[in-house]
Amino acid sequence: MAENHHDAREATMVGRRTDGTLVRRPLSPHLQVYDMLQMTSATSIMHRITGSAWSVGLVFFVWWIVALASGPAAYANVQWFMGSFIGVILLFGLSAAIWYHTLAGVRHLYWDAGYGYDIPTTYRTGWAVIIGTGVLTVLTWVVVAIAWAS
Amino acid sequence: MSENYPSTTAHQPRLQTPLGRVRQNGSAKSGTHHWWMQRVTSIALLPLMLWFIIGIASHAGAPYEEIARWVGRPFNAVLMLLLIGIGFYHTAGGLQVVIEDYIRPERSAMVAGLLIRGACWVFGLLCALSVLRLAVAG
Repeated sequence: MAENHHDAREATMVGRRTDGTLVRRPLSPHLQVYDMLQMTSATSIMHRITGSAWSVGLVFFVWWIVALASGPAAYANVQWFMGSFIGVILLFGLSAAIWYHTLAGVRHLYWDAGYGYDIPTTYRTGWAVIIGTGVLTVLTWVVVAIAWAS
Repeated sequence: MSENYPSTTAHQPRLQTPLGRVRQNGSAKSGTHHWWMQRVTSIALLPLMLWFIIGIASHAGAPYEEIARWVGRPFNAVLMLLLIGIGFYHTAGGLQVVIEDYIRPERSAMVAGLLIRGACWVFGLLCALSVLRLAVAG
């Protein structure tokens, strides 16, 4: 345990047996032992990835709202970028990430309330999140297309 | 530690003071704060995000004046301020967990966490001031 003395969190990994002798607690299964294409682990890691993606996307939200308050000249730059090929791809990715994180978040709240822990329900809600993300993302861009055309 | 204090095992006397025990000031009083606040903010963000996505998507391609007026309306401006405040709080809390899980040593995780929290404050205030400017000056 001496090699980890620089990290105080390691202290929680050390316990005592009932006879008082020290024991190193076992670590829960890690990324390497999971099949990442399993529904349970895949939806879990995707929730974290989409949350992190949204954090990066927030920078574009900041640019958008600050430019809006700064005036038409600054806003024209945002409009140019968001209307470009890269801008549209970015917005599409962000909208999918937002819907996924929102739906998977509802799934987490459902779990937090104490429901849906059995395997069949876990798979059903997992598929609901994935299909729901697809449907709502497409629906969002249908609204965008209609608003753009009118 | 005095030998008079009750202990869990003969080898591990309680570190908690007797007064703390009586008042039930265990770690559980604030130990779940971060977890609970992520849930509270996520519930608040559900209607706010729905409103924002519908509002923005239905204004796609609209000219500058129209968007600026939309954000500046009192009701929309209040919802935007809530979205910004709660959204940045939720983001800072979420990123903190990611940092704590993946960044070693602890010192680096602490520095990264403080930088994230600082950035969330700066960006959050920037957004809030922009909304207020659109609402008040516009």
